Amino acid sequence: MSAEITPVGPLREVRGPSALGGGARRFFDLLWLMAVTEFRRTYFGTVLGYLWSLIRPLALFGVLLFVFTKVFKIGSELPNYPVLLLLGIVLFTLFQEATQNAVTSVVAQEGVVRKTQFPRLVIPLATVLTSSFNFCLNLVVVIIFILAWGVDPTWTWLLFPFAILALFVFTCAVSLLLSVLYVRFRDVAIIWVVVAQVLFYATPVLYPIEKLENASLEHLLMLNPLAVIFEQVRVWVLEPGAPTASEAAGGVVHLLPAAAIYVAVCVLGWWVFNRDAPRIAEDL
Amino acid sequence: MRVLRALAGVSFDIHQGEFFGIVGRNGSGKSTLLKLLASIYRADAGTIRMAGRLAPFIELGVGFNPELTARENVVLNGVMMGLTPQETRNRLDAVIEFAELEEFVDLKLKNYSSGMQVRLAFSVMLQADADVLLIDEVLAVGDAAFQQKCADAFHEMKAAGKTIVLVTHEMTTVEEYCHRAMLIEDGLIQRIGDPAEVGRHYLQMNFERGSPGDHAVSEAATEEVRLLDAWLEDGDGKRIDNVEHGASFRLRADLEVLRDLEGMGVGFSLANADGLAVFDLGVTLMDEDDELTPLSAGQRVRVGAEVENLLTPGRYFVHLGVNRAHGAGVALYVQSAIDFVVFGGSAHLRGIVSLPHEIEAEVEGGEGR
Repeated sequence: MSAEITPVGPLREVRGPSALGGGARRFFDLLWLMAVTEFRRTYFGTVLGYLWSLIRPLALFGVLLFVFTKVFKIGSELPNYPVLLLLGIVLFTLFQEATQNAVTSVVAQEGVVRKTQFPRLVIPLATVLTSSFNFCLNLVVVIIFILAWGVDPTWTWLLFPFAILALFVFTCAVSLLLSVLYVRFRDVAIIWVVVAQVLFYATPVLYPIEKLENASLEHLLMLNPLAVIFEQVRVWVLEPGAPTASEAAGGVVHLLPAAAIYVAVCVLGWWVFNRDAPRIAEDL
Repeated sequence: MRVLRALAGVSFDIHQGEFFGIVGRNGSGKSTLLKLLASIYRADAGTIRMAGRLAPFIELGVGFNPELTARENVVLNGVMMGLTPQETRNRLDAVIEFAELEEFVDLKLKNYSSGMQVRLAFSVMLQADADVLLIDEVLAVGDAAFQQKCADAFHEMKAAGKTIVLVTHEMTTVEEYCHRAMLIEDGLIQRIGDPAEVGRHYLQMNFERGSPGDHAVSEAATEEVRLLDAWLEDGDGKRIDNVEHGASFRLRADLEVLRDLEGMGVGFSLANADGLAVFDLGVTLMDEDDELTPLSAGQRVRVGAEVENLLTPGRYFVHLGVNRAHGAGVALYVQSAIDFVVFGGSAHLRGIVSLPHEIEAEVEGGEGR
């Protein structure tokens, strides 16, 4: 140790791990790199590559379209049912895939969490981002499909990105909550499979909401923030004449519970994650 | 809920440009301490302050993804270290070159040998340009040539004023590289200062609490003779389990004769941890006229051997043998009747024994300076 060493900087307090920590640039670099890496890895070594990301929702779409137009006939009465179904499936796939992958994400990155200083938030967010890449690819196909179907673009298409943003934020919040809860309660993974399934049916994906033909059931459904988002997407993108979310809820005021739930989930997701982030390495 | 206090009252300074070793046994709290420094754990109390940029890894190769190529992993790791993806790509060649993996840069990491992976990890760490590095264990990686390269790299880092905190069991590493060392036990600082001195203390502490002596031999017997007890004593006749290098010790054994015998010889054989016989010593029971002492059933024989301890630090085993008179074979053989540990001595003791010696050197010719 010689005296001529120049100090590398001022002493700063080491505050331990956190959700963000380590600088904004590093955070976003890591987030992007992890998401892209994971996205490439998912399809690496498969013959059809990225096509798989498309084939999965399309296959589901094909099956459901068959079931609901040929077997149950609900769909066949509606002119736009196939595009509505496809759009709904692709949107819901984003939510479901992202949250389901996020549940185990932090635990799966145990090595990184326990052995490096790493902004914890990156991990669940990267899984959401990876699913978003899939979603974007799928969306391109869906839009082509919608245009080919004969739906004319309207100015309300400009609102579509806001609906996607709302869905994305909600997905992130749920992912944060699940990923950090799973560290301590492994039941979360099992519970979430069931809950996600319930949410799928509690969101007007398979059926147009007016087909419920039951006002109180429609009102109940509009407590689900996802249902509100999906219904608005339907109105904005496909069918300007379809019941809007507020109509389905029975008035704008009745959308407040859904809005409150939306905000509560977002706040809770962030709050719980931020609170538990410093302890994740110890709880693993 | 049981609260486990991993560290308590731990307070110390590490200076810029210092190589600082932290030693302690498993569960002593040293890794917890390192994780606190690395911002992997958060301390419940107290403050830690640090200047400069810290390499956020405490282990080599953490964050490597076996499904990715070396190139992709280097970029990912570099970004974890806080470089931009562009900076990392610029340094890729240097990283790969140092790791001597030019031909394998686009090979997936899962196809790498473990040695290649560690070389890559070490190389990434070196290129990260951090001011402070925290390293848990692994230092000696790869083959001899690469180890030399690592050693050179460490000396360079030392010269460049990097600060390195090293957690290890390996006292030799600490003594070779560290300016200062700290010994932790049960979450408390036991000693802090000169690495050689801390190392001695560590070895001593390690073995005092260790297993030697736990399995004292009882009831080792044949029809002819029974071993009642075998042990080690220091100069004052106190039973011990470990001996400091340079001190003398006594090997002791008590035997009971079970059948009338014409005579008896008793021998000890010292072997080191590798099973290598280091030294044999023995005695035949004789009377005043230099005749074999006949023994009758029920008599006891006490054996004591004074040994000057020239053994190098390590663990040793003493096997005990009882021979019949006139070369008629072995009456009793007890494997590892005693085991003990030699500690202390200078850090440079190598080999099996340290023979007493005098050494000198002189310069001849010329006038010198």
